[in-house]
Amino acid sequence: MSEWERSSTARVVAPARPRRLAKVPFVELADGRLQGVVSSGSDIARVYVSSVVAGSYAFACSTNNNRPCGGARGAYCNHIRALISEAVLQFGPERVARYLKAETGGDEGPSAQSIAHAMSSTRPPQGDAAAAAPVFSRFLRHLSYLELAPVTTPLPEMQWFPPTRAVA
Amino acid sequence: MVSADQGGGVMRADVLAERVEGLDEALAAVDGFDSALACGLLRPPAATAAGVTGLAQAVAGSPLAGRVAEAADKTVAGAGGEDHFVALAAARTALLGSVHDALIDQVAEVTGRTAREREVPQGGGLPVGNLHAAARSWLVDLARTGWRGIGHEAVAGVAPVVQAMLAEPRLRRPATLLDGFAVELAASCPGATLERVPVRRWADLWSRALLLTLPGTAEVPDAGVVTGRLLPLGVDLQEHAGAVQAQVHAVLEPVGGAAPRVVRASVSAPKPDSVVGAGLWQLLRPHMSLLAAAGEGRAMELTDMPVTVEGDLIWDDACARPGASADAFVTARVVLPTALDAATAPLDRHPARIAVPVFLEGYGVSEGDGVLTFFVGGHPLAVDVDRVPVASPLTAQAVAASGACIGLLRWDAGSYRLQPLAVEATVRKKPVALHAGGWAGGTADKVGAKGEKAATDAVTVLRERAGRLLRK
Repeated sequence: MSEWERSSTARVVAPARPRRLAKVPFVELADGRLQGVVSSGSDIARVYVSSVVAGSYAFACSTNNNRPCGGARGAYCNHIRALISEAVLQFGPERVARYLKAETGGDEGPSAQSIAHAMSSTRPPQGDAAAAAPVFSRFLRHLSYLELAPVTTPLPEMQWFPPTRAVA
Repeated sequence: MVSADQGGGVMRADVLAERVEGLDEALAAVDGFDSALACGLLRPPAATAAGVTGLAQAVAGSPLAGRVAEAADKTVAGAGGEDHFVALAAARTALLGSVHDALIDQVAEVTGRTAREREVPQGGGLPVGNLHAAARSWLVDLARTGWRGIGHEAVAGVAPVVQAMLAEPRLRRPATLLDGFAVELAASCPGATLERVPVRRWADLWSRALLLTLPGTAEVPDAGVVTGRLLPLGVDLQEHAGAVQAQVHAVLEPVGGAAPRVVRASVSAPKPDSVVGAGLWQLLRPHMSLLAAAGEGRAMELTDMPVTVEGDLIWDDACARPGASADAFVTARVVLPTALDAATAPLDRHPARIAVPVFLEGYGVSEGDGVLTFFVGGHPLAVDVDRVPVASPLTAQAVAASGACIGLLRWDAGSYRLQPLAVEATVRKKPVALHAGGWAGGTADKVGAKGEKAATDAVTVLRERAGRLLRK
């Protein structure tokens, strides 16, 4: 076994990179999708739930009240493009491209633009809007972490989770 | 024996290179079982089944022997159930416990300090409920499929358990562990296409989580209260996507003249994954005044602060007030060598849990392939600069240019390494002391302040979104 395989504190997931959250407060690579929540540019109380499926690049975008996004008919809307850009900022372009199985080609590494182009140029199908509800509830759960009380009893388990300065 | 004349301060680094009797054999048994777990325990093929029986053989001389042998037999036959997997997890934990004990004896020789009594009683045992049972059944299913067989749906199954556990502060230990573990598993799905598997790490997290679902394992008995002067040595930060913990390592000088003792104070909080860098300090700062004191180099006066038998202060700001300024390097040079080290609770006997404060000076430094090594009395000791938090004035360059260092001695993947907590170095011809936790209480530094502002903005956005969307 390699040293990494024999390490109790091997780093498996790089921590999120800092980014501005105003436009896209939540983005994740989960359930085989890039998915997240994009704030509406016009209505402060409205958010869009957007997603792209890894491999098929099928996309979906609707409001938190389940109204379809007007921009996401037949092609990626601006919410989905913003989601891809912010995912690249938070997780790094390599991890996003790898997760989505986006073939960006070329000698240079992937970028938000090349990932979006690689996927949209395959004329991806409209995806299932049913994913929106679970994504939105994951976002709410994510927000609720800020409301949970800190404790001063020790958590010895955190010894297995050292910080890392390495970026994604 | 103190060997300051070797240029190694009070640390005997030569001891670290000595072979530990029985260590390779114990770890080989652990590795065998871990490989079986990677492939799954549903119907282990002959190649990995040997790893399961090997684990049982390795504990054949212990009180666990009978139960583990039966568990191994059933598992190899493809009939392993929950109780059997718990027995196997206990056997693995016991083996690593023996590795921990051997390493801690070695570390005591290195530091020349005395450990407090080894025996620590088991906790009282809060009743365990449905949540524990649900967590256990998720873990049992994981073990059946193995890391190579994980899929999104199976991994996501633990989310409601974590959410319910997080709401109950007394269940923070299992909740935080399961949350961090599930994030890693989810990021690694599907297991079938994984290039490599963190074999020992995930087996560690799995067995620990499984044992935490049993009554009494998550509690460490109280040992009353302490009063005296607390002298901070440094701050250790730990984080995963959903949680952060800061631990202040310190020496307590009890009133009445009793021997000083090495203690820790911890504060932790769940967090959204997009809260990082200075945002971690901001979350914790309001809940433990000691963070600011450690950052500013001040002592604190404690009155009747609760403490566990492991030397963990259960911090309460009401039991502490700011004291005089106290240089961590003076504490490390003068008080630390005379202090008693803390004991370790049964479940915490694991090599990854070793984090012993040490002081070094007069070492040589070499840098190559991105690896920093100190030569202490001529003996190499790898320096784990990666453990220094992102929001910190301490840099790899400063560590490389340092002449004295306070650190935590740790052990992982077969060797010791040093996690720097603070260094004395010469920067622009001036002597400075830089602390990993230097910004824990806030900072006026230009780079640091920029990070603070970005983190404040991020949390402001999330709180605004939460206020608008969460309570509907």
